[in-house]
Parts: sequence; C-alpha cells; structure tokens
Amino acid sequence: MISSRMKPLLDWIDSRTGYRKLTQEALYENIPGGARWRYVWGSTLTFAFSIQVITGIFLWMAYSASAQTAWESVFYIQFEMAGGWFLRGLHHYTAQVMTILLALHLLQVLIDGAYKAPREFNFWSGLLLLQLTLALSLTGYLLPWDQKGYWATKVATNIVSIVPFIGPDLQKLVVGGPDYGHHTLTRFLALHAGVLPGLIIALIGGHIYFFRRHGLHAKQPLKKPDAKFWPDQVLADAIACLGVLFTVVVLTLITRGAELAAPADAASQFSAARPEWYFLFLFELLKYFPGESEIIGAIVLPGAAVGFMFLMPYLGQWKLGHRFNLAFVFGGLAGAGLLTWMAMKQDNNDPNFQRALRDSHHQAARVIELAQAPSGIPIAGAAALLREDPYIQGPKLFAKHCASCHRYGGHDGEGNPVKDPQSAADLKGFASREWLAGLLDPAKVDSLHYFGGTKFKDGKMVKWVKKNADEPAEQEQLKKVIAALSAEAQLKSQRDADARDIAIIKQGVELARGDVACTDCHAFGKPDPDAIAPTLTGYGSRAWLVRFIGNPEHADFYGKRNDRMPLFGEKQILDAKTIGILADWLRGEWYEAPKTAGK
Amino acid sequence: MQTEPAPGDDRRDFLKKSCAVCVGGAVGVVPTLAGIAVYLDPLRRKADTGLLARVTSLESLPADGTPVMFPIIAIRTDAWNKSIAPVGAVYVRKVNGDQVQAFNVTCPHAGCAVEFQPEKKGYFCPCHNSLFTPEGKRTDGSPSARDLDSLNSEVRANGEVWVQFQNFETGKAHKVAVS
Repeated sequence: MISSRMKPLLDWIDSRTGYRKLTQEALYENIPGGARWRYVWGSTLTFAFSIQVITGIFLWMAYSASAQTAWESVFYIQFEMAGGWFLRGLHHYTAQVMTILLALHLLQVLIDGAYKAPREFNFWSGLLLLQLTLALSLTGYLLPWDQKGYWATKVATNIVSIVPFIGPDLQKLVVGGPDYGHHTLTRFLALHAGVLPGLIIALIGGHIYFFRRHGLHAKQPLKKPDAKFWPDQVLADAIACLGVLFTVVVLTLITRGAELAAPADAASQFSAARPEWYFLFLFELLKYFPGESEIIGAIVLPGAAVGFMFLMPYLGQWKLGHRFNLAFVFGGLAGAGLLTWMAMKQDNNDPNFQRALRDSHHQAARVIELAQAPSGIPIAGAAALLREDPYIQGPKLFAKHCASCHRYGGHDGEGNPVKDPQSAADLKGFASREWLAGLLDPAKVDSLHYFGGTKFKDGKMVKWVKKNADEPAEQEQLKKVIAALSAEAQLKSQRDADARDIAIIKQGVELARGDVACTDCHAFGKPDPDAIAPTLTGYGSRAWLVRFIGNPEHADFYGKRNDRMPLFGEKQILDAKTIGILADWLRGEWYEAPKTAGK
Repeated sequence: MQTEPAPGDDRRDFLKKSCAVCVGGAVGVVPTLAGIAVYLDPLRRKADTGLLARVTSLESLPADGTPVMFPIIAIRTDAWNKSIAPVGAVYVRKVNGDQVQAFNVTCPHAGCAVEFQPEKKGYFCPCHNSLFTPEGKRTDGSPSARDLDSLNSEVRANGEVWVQFQNFETGKAHKVAVS
C-alpha cells in the first residue's frame, strides 16, 4: 500500500539522482562461487574506520589541543563526562583491532593472489591505506599529551631528524618548532582528525573503485554457484563487523577504557615510555643499529620493505615470484613478531622498567585524584598539580637529598634500601608523640633511629635521657611534655588528640619550662639567647621545619654545633618551594581524596 | 554458474536480508549512541548561581547617581579548570544617599554589553542602538522585551557594597535566571 503511494516520489528522486542504479551496482556485485568468510576483511576495515570517524568526531568536540589543556580535556572526557570513558575506549581499541584487521586483509589478498595484474592499483592503494592508518595511530598516540604518548612519540619524531640533509628542518616542521609544545598538538590534531582521514576516505573510494573494476578475485576452486553481494555476503560481512564491535566493546568494558598516564612533563623522566605494541618491533629494531647507523634500522630497512611490497604485483606474475612474496611477508611478520617478543620479554624481566611502570601507574592515579579534588585543575595545567604534590615529590626529594644519612621508616623514602650506612635520625613520624617517645626512651635515644649515627651520640641530650628518663615519676611527666612538644608541630594526624588533651598539653608546657627543665638548653615559647640546642617553639611545625632545613646552623637550631647537615636553603641547594614540599611531606600534609564506597 | 533462485528460497532470502539489515544497523548504532551520550553531557552541567561579590564601597560611588561599572571576578569552573576569572560585570549607582542599585551589564534583548554614556544620559546598547535610562528603564523604540536586569545588592554596616551576580536568559519579557 505504502509502496504504491511512495512510488511516484521514489521515481522522482531516482530520475534526479539515479539512486536505483547506484544501489543496484553496490548491492548486486557478482561474487564468483558465492559468499565466503574469507572476503569479509575489507568490509570489517571499512566498518572499523567508520567507528573511528564517528567516535573521533565526538571526541574532537571535547578535546582541546594545547600543552596546558590536552591532557586536561582528555581527563575530563575520561573521568567527568557521561560515557566519556566508553567513547574513548571504543576509539582506542578499534585502532588496535584495525591494525590486526589490516594484517589479515593483506594476508588474505596475498595468499589468494588478489594483488596480481590487473589489480596493481587496487593493491597499491591498499598499501597506501595501510601506511595512512599507521600514521593515524602514531599521531593519535600523542594527543592525550600524557607521559606515555609524549615520550614514545618523541622517539618517532627524533627519527625524522636523522634523515640526510633536511632532517633537522623536517623535524621542526613535524613538531611545529624546535621543541614539543602547543604547535606539536595543533599539527598532530590537524593530521589526525583532518588530513589523514580525508586522504583515507579518498583512497578508500579509489580502492573500492579499482576493486569493482576488475571484480572480486575469487579463491579457486569455487565450491558453490555464483551469488550476488546482497544479501549473502552482506550478512557475512555484517556478522564479522559485529564480531569486531563485540571485541572492542569487551576490551573497553574489561579495562574501563583506555589508559591515561600522568600529564606530559619534559623534566620528569619516564622510563616506561614504549610505543603502541604494533610499533614495538621497529622500536626494538633501533637497538641493533647503534650510533649513526640508526638510520638503517629506522628509515632504510622499513622503507625498503614497504618499497619492495609495491613491486610485488610484478614479481607475483611468476609462480616462484608469488612464493617469494609470500615468504617475504610471512618472514617479515615472523621477524616483527620475534622482535616484539624480545622487546616484551626484556621489559618483563627488567626490574627498572617494571619499577618505572609501577611509578607511572602510581603517578597517574595520584594526578587523577588531584584533578578530581574540589580545587580543580589550575590554568597552568595538571602537570603543576603533580609537580607541587608533597605525596609524590616528597619521597623523591627525601631519597635524593636526605637518605644518604637519614632514613624514612628504614628506607629511602621511596621504599628502596639504601647502600650508605645510616648516620642520622629516621624521620618517619617526625615530631609525632610516638617519635618523641622514642627519642626520650633511654633504650632508643642513642640508637641509629635517633642520635646513634651522629656526633650527638654521647651528647648532653643523650646523657640527660639516659640519666633521667628511667624513673617512673619522670616518665609520667615526660608523657605530658611529649604531648606538649608534639602539639607544637600541629600535625594533621594528631589533630584530634591535640584537641582532646588541651589540659595535659598545658601541664606539659609548664613542666618543660619547670621541673623537667628542657629550657636549660632549649628555648621554648620565648627567645632565649643562651639556648644551645634547637628551639622547641613551634617544634616540628611547617615554619620550624622549613627554617631548620633551610639553615640548621642558625642560632635557633644547632648553631655551629651542626653535625654535617647541609644548609639547604642558605646554600641554595633547594629553593623555598621545594623545601616547603619536603616539610609538608615529612609532616604528612597532602591532599587526600575522601574515601567513598566502591571507588 | 549463476542459477535462478527457486521459489522456496524467497522466505530464506527474506530472513537473510532482515538479519543483514538488523546486524548492519546495530553495529553502527553503538558508537553513535556512545558519542551522542558524551555530546549531551553539557545538559548535566549547572551554572553557578547566587554568587555574592563585594564590588566597591558606598563612599566611592558618585553622589549624583551616575552608574559605575565593576567587573565581577570570581572562582570560575570552566570544564576541567577552576580558577579566579572574570565572570561578568555590573553597573552600580548610588540612590537616596545610602542605598545602591545594581544592574547586569548584559542587554536583555540580545546579550550585548551596554555602556553608560553620560552625554546620552543612559546605558547605550551598541548592537541595536537602544538606550536605557539610568534607572534601567527602556526608552522609546527599544527592541528589548524587558528593562535592564537589576541584581540584588546590599550596603553593609561598614559601607561595603555587595552584589548577588546572576545572568538571565535574553529575549524574554520576564527575568529567568540562567541555570
């Protein structure tokens, strides 16, 4: 009924557009020997490319290409926008699957001999499509501007610079300047979302046109009668596409989308930088061409291999040539597989790489936590969040500047053992009640944990503790003094205890100035020009620690009696901000995300 | 080798065709829907409303009621960024000696920023050359559907002038806060 009424309209549309002929040609292509599964690869690739165009356009709408906003906008897509992680996951995993589909399509064409005359153009356009797709992967890997993409892509763009004569200039053009920055991203985005897909669409048009011109190259022997493309082959293709989609969705769901490493930071080492797995063999190949011979592994060999593939249709005209082609491709794939396996095996057995990987995941999780904090991401970008975070930077600073003498819970701050013998106090929990209780314990005061490694091992403080702190009456008083001293630090971890014990703390302050007589040597509460030991006023507070680290030889601290501790601020070993970060970390002051169930 | 389809194949063919269309359609729907979901995300976002800002002191406003423009600088959430940034501007004028009147500078007609011009004795909107009186009323020939948007304001005991900054949807006869 409807169709009879629609007919005049459809006739009119057809007379103006010729759509019937077009559909006819599209759907009723003859398939010698009928539909077969081995013919689905081209369609699955077109489908995968369509997914990339659709998901890519929507990602593009939320992406911001600049050094201060690229990671941040991808973070926002991944963690804040509804369904963003799923969209990004589809895009990421479809790219991976596409690489596998390309290999399968190429193998099917080669094994079936579908690349030979008269289908040279079909084959060549396919080879170009292969390279353009790999270029899409390469450009896309950088766009999130995370440590992983940043350092891995640098390897690729540095290779450009070894091209003879024009290398350095070429690299500047690719990178958009002498170094990575805003224009690297704007250029890569224009390539990734504009130029490359445009070329691919044009080439797919050509590829399908050449394919239709010479018809499907059927695999002999034909087992069934000829059939049309529609519906049998279309159904087979659709089911294969469903398989592709299923794979991609499952991968996305299992991993909860693509990884986002910590934001790119040119000053922060990233030893876990590796390209996508399908470029890993090229990465590994570079190792075998050291020094100036790198160009052979990076450009000459891959270029020659691809160049040879363009000649395959000629060679394939002879039976032996066809076999050589097959051997070449399978040999190449086997070689690439071997290199990939070697690279992976080496990384798996390399404790340094594994540590870098753990460190990378640790930093990524932390910066995401910071970015999700109520204070948000500053205009300077998320890299600044990480750079100024005591939780991440504190252990690194301690390991680098303090751990040659001090310890932190027995290790170097980062959890690693230290080679040098311990020769200064263990600062984990510094100024807390537990830490001070140990200091005032006759059994511990001259241990390595406190003064044991220093020149104060037999000093006045140690002697005083050994002499006085054993008596039960004194111990009762010391408990109060400890509470009072520790309250000076205003530690986050003791906020509740400090508030609860106000009365005890008050007694402790009086004892320190009176019966216990701390003020015989220390200043406490007011300046004391005669004091010979570090001031107890604000002991362990942020201001006290910053000043102490800055200049332990100040009269308020050890004065000239200072035992080896460098004057980090005075001698400009560390700047004020860095000392502040170190002090915050020692005091346990950093942002902690509120604990929520299920997160 | 081609053969004409036997009459009995029609039903099987129909089944195949339906399957091909359904599966083919389904695989396209998933990425499209995922994209649309993300595209619709802005609908979940709410505007900052009820922002109180200290703009000036009563003392510094001209006694004759001439309006003065002040920027509103506030903590602004812009997608992933949170920063102190300009969010808009207001005109504030002294009335009856100890009270103030505040307006959003945005013209309620089409959203351009008005400018007070003493020689024209009013707020001039450059987009359609219309004029509002110092009290924010429309003058003859104004294309605007309503007068300038007044904002809640208060003078505190210490003479500080505070304004509750808000944006309103343009083109409507009544003030509707952007939310």
